[in-house]
Amino acid sequence: METYQSVSEFAQTWGLIYFVFLFLAVLAYVLWPRNGRRFDDAAQIPLRED
Amino acid sequence: MARPAAASTLSFEETGYALFLGLLVVVCLLIAGKAWDWQMAFHAGIGVAFAALGIFLIVSAALKRTAFQPLEIDGRPNYNFGPVKFATIAAIFWGIAAFTVGLTIALQLAFPALNFDLPWTNFGRLRPLHTSAAIFAFGGNVLLATSFYVVQRTCQARMPGIVTPWFIVLGYNAFIVIAGTGYLFGVTQGKEYAEPEWYADLWLTIVWVVYLLAFLATIWRRKEPHIYVANWFYLAFILTIAVLHLGNNESVPISVFSSKSVQVFSGVQDAMVQWWYGHNAVGFFLTAGFLAIMYYFVPKRAERPVYSYRLSIVHFWALIFLYIWAGPHHLHYTALPEWASTLGATFSIMLWMPSWGGMINGLMTLSGAWDKLRTDPVLRMLVVSVAFYGMSTFEGPLMSVKAVNSLSHYTDWTIGHVHSGVLGWVGFVSFGAIYCLVPWLWNRKSLYSLKLVSWHFWLATIGIVFYICAMWVSGIMEGLMWRAYDKLGFLEYSFIETVAAKHTLYIIRALGGGLFLAGTLIMAYNVYMTIRYGEREDTVPASAGTLAAAE
Repeated sequence: METYQSVSEFAQTWGLIYFVFLFLAVLAYVLWPRNGRRFDDAAQIPLRED
Repeated sequence: MARPAAASTLSFEETGYALFLGLLVVVCLLIAGKAWDWQMAFHAGIGVAFAALGIFLIVSAALKRTAFQPLEIDGRPNYNFGPVKFATIAAIFWGIAAFTVGLTIALQLAFPALNFDLPWTNFGRLRPLHTSAAIFAFGGNVLLATSFYVVQRTCQARMPGIVTPWFIVLGYNAFIVIAGTGYLFGVTQGKEYAEPEWYADLWLTIVWVVYLLAFLATIWRRKEPHIYVANWFYLAFILTIAVLHLGNNESVPISVFSSKSVQVFSGVQDAMVQWWYGHNAVGFFLTAGFLAIMYYFVPKRAERPVYSYRLSIVHFWALIFLYIWAGPHHLHYTALPEWASTLGATFSIMLWMPSWGGMINGLMTLSGAWDKLRTDPVLRMLVVSVAFYGMSTFEGPLMSVKAVNSLSHYTDWTIGHVHSGVLGWVGFVSFGAIYCLVPWLWNRKSLYSLKLVSWHFWLATIGIVFYICAMWVSGIMEGLMWRAYDKLGFLEYSFIETVAAKHTLYIIRALGGGLFLAGTLIMAYNVYMTIRYGEREDTVPASAGTLAAAE
């Protein structure tokens, strides 16, 4: 029972922090101005193949 | 090209596969001879047949060839489209099979006499045949075909291996044959969407690991510095299905000579693992894989880049990190701890955001090109599939809310929800991809008939509307009838009364399924005529030249 309690408490607290942090990291990567040109270029990949 | 004289000697790879398949023939023969049940003997026989066929194909291909296929011809990648063609045709074949069985069991529910009182044609055996044929045989072959096509084209690299791509495609279809015949003969481990027994699971594991390695190796060879978003979705699909498959099929066979196995988990743990698997089969097989199709084929057909590449990255990471936790919403009001079931519902509701982000991204790709919907029924099919994706990913989170689930669970509402997803989203996006792929793969100027595509589109759309409306009415009706009490606190209706009340709606559902099947038959005819009589395109494949100029 104690193991169950501690595991579920860990999941319910640190799990939340972990996900929020990950989401912010993805947003930072995506919105970083310098990455913009790379993304515009990548979007063209299906259209320029031969 | 290097040494044409030695072209007919077996390469290291070919020898390896031939030896492996030879060993498999021996093992299967041994099992067939000592099998405890006739189903095991039969399946071992199928194993012998497929392995022997594999050896024959490897050797005869080697003897016939004059030179090895080069990686490039005149500086352009020499793509390997043979296995893609096979998987495309296999998808159409299995699609027709799956929808026919689906129509049969829909009619059985309306007219039970159609069970024919035979074990092999009983609803209980045909139902997993229908679901597996639709998801894994039809959907699986579409995913194999499109993933091999997309990863090669967007990486501008030929897939590695001579035998490997064929081993994956044929090996996967061998798994389908073993699984499908098993259901008819009563071989099942009784886990929804994971019914195949231990030996079929082992075989799929081998095929799937090779699939993952071949996909990764193609990406490894890429000429583009960036890995296109569709490949990320394919990779998430392949990797997660491997993990789910291994996690949910932990069982010990009672003997290597028996088709029966015993599961490792039991009780609520087993239920949790099963629905962790079951929901992520939806999330990663039927969603991530087909989103990869959306991110390649919608821009390609609309001839414009995806609306927002940034949004596609957020869509990807948010979707895969949220989906994996949503499984417990299948187990509301059960022995599962309540916090776990609340967690499942919470993550399902959060999934609204990435799902709709992805839908908006797919639909808005057409901004400025909406007029193409009038002239191109293939694009219409792709766009309506994205609209169905939005609709069923709205409905799903709604149904995961406990209060709604207490009404919808165990009713036909669930069946309707699933079918708006698989017929509307997975089905239409697959049909759209097949209509794009066939002229590209067989070097045809265009499809045989766009008019027939229109017919397919309208028959299937009307069919889906019949289907899901009938199931909404029937599901909510039976849910309300189950919970109706009279003044004295007794249940108002007996179970059989709820069944009788659904009769007409079951007929309407079967009608919808029949229309959907009719549309698919039209597609099969159209594809056959395109390949057989379509006008050849002798220059570079369709879009390449013109689009490169527009760049």
